[in-house]
Amino acid sequence: MLSIKNLQAKIGEKQILQGIDLQINAGEVHAIMGPNGSGKSTLASVLSGREEYEVTEGEVDFLGKNLLELSPEDRAREGIFMAFQYPVEIPGVSTINFMKTALNQIRTYRGQQALDAVSFLGLMKEKMKLVEIDQSLLNRSLNEGFSGGEKKRNEVFQMAMLEPKLSILDETDSGLDIDALRIVANGVNKLRSQNNATIVVTHYQRLLDYIVPDFVHVLYKGRIVKSGTKELALELEAKGYDWIKNEVAAV
Amino acid sequence: MSKDNQVLEELTSKEYEHGWTVNLEADEAPRGLNEDTVRFISAKKNEPEWLLEWRLKAFRMWVKMAEPKWPNVHYPPIDYQDIIYYSAPKKKASLNSIDEVDPELIKTFEKLGISLGEQKRLTGIAVDAVIDSVSVATTFKDKLSELGIIFCSFSEAVKEHPELIRKYLGSVVPINDNYFAALNSAVFSDGSFCYIPKGVRCPMELSTYFRINAANTGQFERTLIVAEEGAYVSYLEGCTAPMRDENQLHAAVVELYTMKDAEIKYSTVQNWYPGDKNGKGGIYNFVTKRGLCFGDHSKISWTQVETGSAITWKYPSCVLKGDYSKGEFYSVAVTNNYQQADTGTKMIHIGKNTSSRIVSKGISAGKSQNSYRGQVQIMKRASNARNFSQCDSLLMGDQCGAHTFPYIDVENNTARIEHEATTSKIGEDQIFYCQQRGISEEAAVALIVNGYAKEVLNQLPMEFAVEAQKLLALTLEGSVG
Repeated sequence: MLSIKNLQAKIGEKQILQGIDLQINAGEVHAIMGPNGSGKSTLASVLSGREEYEVTEGEVDFLGKNLLELSPEDRAREGIFMAFQYPVEIPGVSTINFMKTALNQIRTYRGQQALDAVSFLGLMKEKMKLVEIDQSLLNRSLNEGFSGGEKKRNEVFQMAMLEPKLSILDETDSGLDIDALRIVANGVNKLRSQNNATIVVTHYQRLLDYIVPDFVHVLYKGRIVKSGTKELALELEAKGYDWIKNEVAAV
Repeated sequence: MSKDNQVLEELTSKEYEHGWTVNLEADEAPRGLNEDTVRFISAKKNEPEWLLEWRLKAFRMWVKMAEPKWPNVHYPPIDYQDIIYYSAPKKKASLNSIDEVDPELIKTFEKLGISLGEQKRLTGIAVDAVIDSVSVATTFKDKLSELGIIFCSFSEAVKEHPELIRKYLGSVVPINDNYFAALNSAVFSDGSFCYIPKGVRCPMELSTYFRINAANTGQFERTLIVAEEGAYVSYLEGCTAPMRDENQLHAAVVELYTMKDAEIKYSTVQNWYPGDKNGKGGIYNFVTKRGLCFGDHSKISWTQVETGSAITWKYPSCVLKGDYSKGEFYSVAVTNNYQQADTGTKMIHIGKNTSSRIVSKGISAGKSQNSYRGQVQIMKRASNARNFSQCDSLLMGDQCGAHTFPYIDVENNTARIEHEATTSKIGEDQIFYCQQRGISEEAAVALIVNGYAKEVLNQLPMEFAVEAQKLLALTLEGSVG
C-alpha cells in the first residue's frame, strides 16, 4: 500500500529525515517509536503533506501514485488520514458541518454524488456508535473548549467517517488519561480491517498495549535503526531509548 | 514570492461579479450641484413646495459644512461639481404592474439574481427595486395594502402619503446631521418608504435592491420605515454597481422609527463595486443610518454584511429613547485589495432600562484597512442601561490592517457596560487541518470565515444568509495568510 524509499526531508536548513525506508501492506499496523526529536512527527507531517517540510530525496508510492506530488487535500482524498497530536479549533464550525464538507469534497473527487442529508445522518449515527461519541459534542464548534480526551475521540470519529485506507495516528496518546486512551484505542481497533493500514506514532509503549502493532520501528536521528515485532516495544519500555542510542553509537 | 503571497495574488485578481452595465436610456440632470440642480430634481418629481423648501434648506446648510476628516480612510478630494445628481431610466408612462417594466430592466434584475416576476409569484418577499435614482418596481403591493401596510417608492409616498412623509422625514436624521446627510437631503431622488400600522406584523420580508447603472452618477436614496405601536417588520436591502474606472458616490440616508412595543429588523447585504485590484474605481459609500426607538419596549436591530465599496463610511445607530427599548447591531465587514472601511455603530441610551448589543466582525485581506468605530453613550436619566459589545478582527495576510475605535461615554453610574475585543489570523494550522480532511484551501477559508461570522449571519433572514455566505466565500476566495 505504502512504499517509502530513502526519504529525506528538512525544515528550514535543518535536515531531519536522513533516509527512511518503509513498506506497509494492507491489513498491517506499524508503530513508529523513538526518542524526542528523532523525526517521528516529521515523518507523519511529510506523509500528510505539510508545506513547511521540504523533501530533499526519496520516493513515496501510495497505491501506485507518487504521493509527494499530491496536494495535502488530494492525499486525503486518495485515502490518507492523519489523527493530529494537537487538533486545531475552528470556532463557529460544528464537527457535523465540517465532516459534511470534507466527505462531500472527497466524494466529488472520486466522482461520487454528494451524500443527501438523510444518508449523511445515517452514516454519522452509525460511526458515532462505533467510536462512542456523543452527538452533543459534534454539534459544538470543532474542538473549541474540548478536553484532551474529547479532541482525540473526535479525531477517531472523523477517521471513522472518512474511512481512510491509511491512517496515521500522531502521538494520539499524549494528554490522555487511561480511560480516554482505552476508548480511543477501542475506536481505532474497531476500524482495523484487511483493507486498511495504520501507522501509530508514539513515544511510549503504553498505547501499544491497546493498539497492538504487527511491526515496530525505532526511529533515531532521522533513520529507522531497528525494526521488529511488538516485543521490541516492550524491550524498549524496559531498557529505555539509551539502549538504542548506545547501540547506534557502537556501530 | 512565498506561497502566501502567491495565494493573495490570486485572490487579488478575483473579478467582481456584478460588473456589467445595461444600456438603459437615461433621463439626466446636468452635471454639477447648485440650487438649480435641487430645483430640477424636485420639479422632475413633481414635488410639493414644502419639500422643495426642505431640500433647499438642506442644500444651503451643506454648502457651509465640511466633509468629515476623522474617519480612518484616505481618498482624493471629491469634486462635487463633476457628479450627475439625477439619472432616471427613461420610461414612457407610469407603470401599473410589473409586467409593464422595461424588458431591459427586467434583464438587469435577473442578472442580479432577482427576477421580479418570479419573486412576485414564488417567494414571500416583497421587493422594491431602485435603479440609479428612481424606484422602478415594487412587488406585492396589493397584498400588503390589505393589511394597511404601505410599501412603495419614496416619490410615490410623497404623492400618496404626504402627511406621513412630512411628519417623519428628517425626524431621525436631521438635515444638518452631517455633511453627507445634508447632501442627501438636498438631492435625494428616490428610495423606499414603509409604514406598518398599529398592531400589524408584516407577514413577509420587505426588500429593496439598489443598483447604480449610469456612469458619473451619484446615488442618493432615502429609506424611511415607520412601525406603529406593536408593529413588526423585517427589511432587507441589497446593492450592486457596475465596474467603472472612476469612483462613484453613494450617499444614502435611512431612518427608522419605532413606537411602543414595535420592532424593526433591518438587514443589509452591501456589495457595491469595490474597485479593481490596484484600487482603481469603486463606490464611495457614505451612508447615514439611524433608528429611533421612540416608544417604550421598542426594538431596532441592524444587521449588515459589507463586502463591497472602495470606501465605506457607515454607522447604523440606535437612539434608545423609550424606556426598556433595545438596540442591536450585528456586522460583518470584509475588506480586500485596497478597500477601506470605517464602520460601526452608535448606541445612545436615553430611556431607563435600555439595553444594546454590538457584535462586530471585521475581516481584512489584501492591502485593505478595516476599522470598527463605535460609540456607546449613556445619558443622565438612562438608569440601569446595559451594553454588551464584542469587536473581533480577523486578518488574512500581513499587508492589511484592522483597527478598533470604541468610545464609551457614561453619565449614569447604574450603567453596566461590557466590551470584548479579539484579533486573530486565519492560521495555517487551521487550513492544513481542513486540507488533511480533503477540503480544498478555498473551501477551507470559506468554512473558517463563515464560522467566524456565524453569529452575525444567523441574524439574517434564511435565504439571505445563504446569499451572504456565498458572497463572503467569493470575496475571500483563495485568500490565505
